Formats: sequence, C-alpha cells, structure tokens
Amino acid sequence: MSWFHRLWRIPTGRAALVVVAVIGIVAAVSLVWTPLDPARADAYTAWAPPGWPHLLGTDGTGRDIASLLMAGARSTVVVALGASIVAIVVGVALAALGALTSRPVREAVAVAVDVLIAFPVLLIAMMIAAVWGGSLWVVIWSVGIGYGVNIARVARGELRRIGRADFVLAARASGLTGGQILTRHLLPNTAPVFIVQLSWSMAAAVLAEAGLSFLGVGAPVTLPSWGLLLSELQGYVAIHPLSVVWPGLAITLTVLALNLLGDALREATDPRLTRTRSEARS
Amino acid sequence: MTLVVRELAIEIDGSRVVDGVSFEVPSGARLGIIGESGSGKSLTALAVMGLLPHGAHATGSVTWNGREILGLPDRELAAIRGSEIGMVFQEPQTALNPIRRVGGQIAEAARIHRGVRGPEARALAERLAAAVGLPDPAGIVRRYPHQLSGGQRQRVGIAAALAAEPSLIIADEPTTALDVTVQKGILELLASIVADRGASLVFITHDLAVLAQVATHAVVLERGRVVEEGAVADLLSAPTHPVTQGLLRDSKATLWRRHD
Amino acid sequence: MTDPILRARGLSRTFRTPRRDLFSRREVSFELHPVDLDIAEGESVGVIGESGSGKSTLARILLALDAPDSGELEVDGRRVDFRGRARELRWLRRLTGVVLQDPYGSLDPRMSVGRIVGEPLWALDVAGDRRARVREVLARVGLAGAAERYPHELSGGQRQRVALARAIAHRPRILVGDEPLSALDVTVRAQILELLAEIRREEGLTLVMVSHDLGVVQNVCDSVLVMTDGAVVERGATRDVLSWPAHPYTQRLLAAIPTL
Repeated sequence: MSWFHRLWRIPTGRAALVVVAVIGIVAAVSLVWTPLDPARADAYTAWAPPGWPHLLGTDGTGRDIASLLMAGARSTVVVALGASIVAIVVGVALAALGALTSRPVREAVAVAVDVLIAFPVLLIAMMIAAVWGGSLWVVIWSVGIGYGVNIARVARGELRRIGRADFVLAARASGLTGGQILTRHLLPNTAPVFIVQLSWSMAAAVLAEAGLSFLGVGAPVTLPSWGLLLSELQGYVAIHPLSVVWPGLAITLTVLALNLLGDALREATDPRLTRTRSEARS
Repeated sequence: MTLVVRELAIEIDGSRVVDGVSFEVPSGARLGIIGESGSGKSLTALAVMGLLPHGAHATGSVTWNGREILGLPDRELAAIRGSEIGMVFQEPQTALNPIRRVGGQIAEAARIHRGVRGPEARALAERLAAAVGLPDPAGIVRRYPHQLSGGQRQRVGIAAALAAEPSLIIADEPTTALDVTVQKGILELLASIVADRGASLVFITHDLAVLAQVATHAVVLERGRVVEEGAVADLLSAPTHPVTQGLLRDSKATLWRRHD
Repeated sequence: MTDPILRARGLSRTFRTPRRDLFSRREVSFELHPVDLDIAEGESVGVIGESGSGKSTLARILLALDAPDSGELEVDGRRVDFRGRARELRWLRRLTGVVLQDPYGSLDPRMSVGRIVGEPLWALDVAGDRRARVREVLARVGLAGAAERYPHELSGGQRQRVALARAIAHRPRILVGDEPLSALDVTVRAQILELLAEIRREEGLTLVMVSHDLGVVQNVCDSVLVMTDGAVVERGATRDVLSWPAHPYTQRLLAAIPTL
C-alpha cells in the first residue's frame, strides 16, 4: 500500500488533503473567475455586511471580501509552493553536504547550519526586505532558507542513518559512486522525511506570508493577499469585527490543514518500510 | 511448584498462531521448547507470563500450582512475575534499562516483591552477580549496561531473574545472540543455578544442540502446534516427526563434526 | 603458490573513539593487527572468529570497502589503491562480489528484486542483455520469476538468495561472505550453504567466508584462519586446524561448541 493510500485512511489526513486541495482549486479558479472583481472599489458599498451580492461583505473601500479571499489564495499558493521548493533544495543540498563529504566539510556545514537555524525567519525576511524591498519573493526566500536549514538538520540525521545500512555498503561494493548512491538509494529512502517537512514548511510559509504582509514587507499593496487584507481590516476591528474574521479564518484553516497534513504524512510514511535492523527470530 | 499448560491457543489479528499446545513442568524439571522462527515458541512463553502484545488473545488453561493464571488481571500476574516465575530474554541489548545501573536492575524484583531496600539490596545484587559468575561483583553492580559485554549483560539478566527467588525460570533463546564460547558459559550457568536452587526451567531455542545441553525433556513446535514431545535423549536418537528429524539433520549439517 | 589471486601484506587498522574534548587523546577502541594473506584462485578460505575478533574488518579491507592504516593488497596481480575513488576501483568491483550478514538490511527496501540484482551490471557497465542475465541468475538461486517482487515480500532466506544473486550477477572471480548465514534459521541455513557450495563449484569462484560458525566453515572451506582480538592466531587446512587445533584459543572455541 503506497503512502498515499495510508494517508487517505487517516481521518485528519483525508480532511487536511481535501482542504488543501480546495484552496489550490480556488486559487486556480480565481485566475479566470471570481464572484466580483476583487480590485473594484465602490465607496458606496463600503463595510457592507454579508449578503447579496457580497457573500462575505465588503471592506473599507467597498471591495468584495469573498473575491479578495479567492484572489488572495493565489498568493498563498505561490508562496507555499515557492518557499517549500526553495526549502527542499536548500535542505537536500545542505543535508547531503552534511552527511556525505569528508569530516572537515561536514563539521563546517554542521556549524553553518546551526548558526542559520538560530536566525528567526522574520529576521531573515526583514534583512532581505531591507535590501530588495518587500515582495512575495522576500517571503519565499526567507521561509525557504529558514526552513531549509531546519530540514537539513533533520534530514542529515536520516541520511546518516540510512547511509549506515548494509545495502549502501553493498552498493559501494557494486561499484556505485557516492553521487549514484545518493540519488539511487539515499534520497529515495529519506523521501518520507522530506515529504513531511515539505508540508510543514508550506504551513510556515503561509503564516509567514500573512505576518510579513501584515508588517508591510510581504505582498505589495497591489497584490491580493490574505495578510494584507488582515492588516487592512484589523484597524477597524472595533467597529466592524466580522470582516476581519474572514481572512483570519482563511489563514488559520490553511495553516491548520497543512500542519495536520504534515502530521498525517509522518504517520503514513512511518519507517515500517525502511526498517533495516534485523528482526529477532521468534 | 508445577506449571501445567493445557490446550493453549493464541490468536493474533484473527489467525491462530498457537493451537492446542499442552505441556507440564513439574518441580525441578528442565523442559525445552524447540521450533523454527514463527513456530510460536516465544509467544507461548509470553502467554504464560501474561505478556502477550496488544492484539493477541490467548485461550486455554495455564495453571501454576493449581491456580489458573491465564487471563488474570495484570496486577495479580505482576505479583507472580519475578517472585514465582522469572524470565530471561533473548536480547541482552534491549532487556536492560540503559540509564540505570546494573545493580539496581538486578535487585529490582527483590525490591518489589520482598521489600528489600538500600544496603541489603546492594548486598543481594553483589551476591547474585557473583553467583552468575560476573567478575568484580562489587564494581560491576555500579556499572551501566553499555559498559558490559553481551555475555555479561546476559548474566545480569539471569541474576535479575533470580533476585526474588522464583521457582520457575523461563529462558527465551538466551544464548542465540551470543558467541559460542560465551554461550557455553551461560548454558552451564543456567543448568547449575537451576539445580542448586531446585527450581524448574523452561528453555526456548531453535537449536537442537543447545537444547541438548540444558533440557531433559522437550516439546517440538511447528506453526503453533506441538508435533512431537518426549525425553531429549529419545528425540535425538529416534525422532519420529519430520520437523524434529529436520531439526536434527540441519543441526548436524551445520554442526562441526569432530571425526569427519 | 603460483600467483595468488589475492595477496595481502601487513594489513592493519586501528579504530579510535571520537575525541571527548579538544585536548584528550583518542583512545584505541579496536585494533586489527597486521595480517598477511595469500589466496589461490579457486581456493575457499574461512575466517573464523567471535565478535570483536576483527574478521569483518578484515573482510571489508579485502574488498576495499574500508581502508587499512597500513599494508598492501594485490588482487589478480594489481595493487589496490585504497584512496581511489569509486571509478578507479571499478576493476576490483568487477572481480569481487559480497554477501552481507543482515538479510533485512542488505537490500534497498524501495527497489525491486530485479533492479537490486541488476545494479552491479548497470554500475559496472557490463555488456550484454542485462535483463536476461538478471533472470538467469535469479533462476540459478532458486528465485525464478521474483524480479518484480520487493524485499519486504520475501523471507530472510529468500533475501539472502537475492543478495547472492546480486553478488554473482557480474561474474566476479572472488566471492566474499560476511556471516551470510548467521541471521538465518537452521533449516534455511543448510539450503543456502548448499547453494553457495554449488555455485562456487560451478563457477570456479574463490571464496572468502567469514563466520563464527565452525560448522559452516567446515562444510565449505579448504583452509581456515582463526582470529581473536584483532589477530590471526592460527591458520591451515580446515581439517588440520579443526581436528588438531594448536592454539589455545582455537581449542577453547572448539570445546565450546555444543554437540549432540
């Protein structure tokens, strides 16, 4: 049974996968259709409560919140995917360096990774924004690097463990080079670790995007973003408390789903398949 | 002090892994349970001690001194384990707690069942360490498991099983993970300890030659069923069941023959 | 002897514990003392020893899977450069095949049997129809049709057959076994041993068999080395060494074997 099937059988995994899929679909659909034009401001309909045609109401400039949420999902998806890809690439590269090269290189990489882990993602984001200005790329790179080093640390341990297995020794005896062993044996066997981390880094990315956009170093004002929406609406929470709930809910639900997906993935990709110690004879 | 097992059956996930196993261990007897892996020998021992894993259900009857112990609540079984029936496990590696000193683990059963404490417990641990042939008993009881060799750890395991002076010892493949010279020492130790204390022994193994060193009677298991039983001498000289014959032949085939 | 296929002089290796702090010396945790060895083509040599004897270390050095601290190794007349990269050692890989001890760890759980067995053919760029060769060699070890299966579907004995198939797929001239039977059941052991002996005869392989089980070595090796504590203490024709052991350790080893 593949890990996907096992994931489906876990209730939280199933739910999380559905939620994530829905968000992805909404984001894709928003490219061609939204209930109303998210950018269309109409002062006369500002702060409308939920009803028709504004299903979730409008914001301070009369824009339709429901459409904004749909469009904002795009930024969410871009950031989640972008950051996790950067994180995986950085993570794999550092992990491989940290596990397979000679002792001095390994130690140096380990120290570098530990130093980088100490930097909070927010700090990295600020640093990047200070130089290049705020944008979604700031989020992608800061979360990507920030999480990448975390992945590296976790993956390094896993790579070393798998690297000690007899089948790796047998591969060396068959004449494979280090690079071949990495790609044919080590990475496929540590893939479960990466898949799980992928999910969690996506959760972190979504949260980071919200937070950074909120602070003004994330999405530029012209781009629809849940964080920006939240930032804009929270200033009026005393007068219009309901409106702020929508982006807040969207962010929370997404992050929750991605986190639960990561947890369920970890369960589904349990080292049952990669167990290498010999079983005790009965 | 007799153990009587009648029609023991164990089911895991709906399939019968042990079926209709019966045997008796009278006081002072040395019974061997032999079979290949998967024959159910370890599970049988675990069932007697009430230590079956979750999902496994045992039926039948296990009586100890006339008292039915199969299915007893854990608290009552815990009172029997260690004090009346002691168990020695296969992996010296994992049977000991790595973060506790060896002496404490040896005396544990005595502490729990006989209320032995402090200096008395230490003295007991040292006595037992000496009894199982460990070098420098006073020093060794203060060490941690990882500081001992595999053979030494197994001796510790035996000492721990003896602490509360049980009348029956169940040893589940205690020498399988050990080198042959170390194994010899452990087998001799078990045999002498059991004789000295008048205790009974149930010895589980897959190796007929090892069985012959330690047991007087044996039960042969195949796929959870008893296929042959009797005195070890008879099983070795005239086995009737193919499984026993197979075990004998394969044991010989990989056995070293002095006069080839 | 006429040019041996494998010739080792003064191979030694010292393992040290990792540094505890910047200024402490690294202590020696294990030392393989200098070993000399000559093996003729077609000969079958056993390396006997218990755990910690250094036999596995020696086996790995002979396969250039570990580098010695000193000493030289020549295989088929060619010097082995232990510092060489994987590509530079390919000539040695073509000449050698290895079967390791752990049937559950020596096969990549994510690869099919066919891919596992075919890997040396791919890595060493062996000419010819690789898939046909894989099928041929799987049939030879009694696993015809198993190419599509995965390791977790196979038993321990079957996995070792796969490991054996992988070891001979590229037609090596030297086969090294590092305790290939130790993790198997007694009955299965006999079958694999038989298979190994047959293949060795048919292909005229040179065999180096590391084992702690004298019965195994006796059945398949012409000559034997006895190791303990990192040193070779005795060597000679199997029959001679096992029937009239000269060294005290060998004598102790033989005396410890349980017999029927």
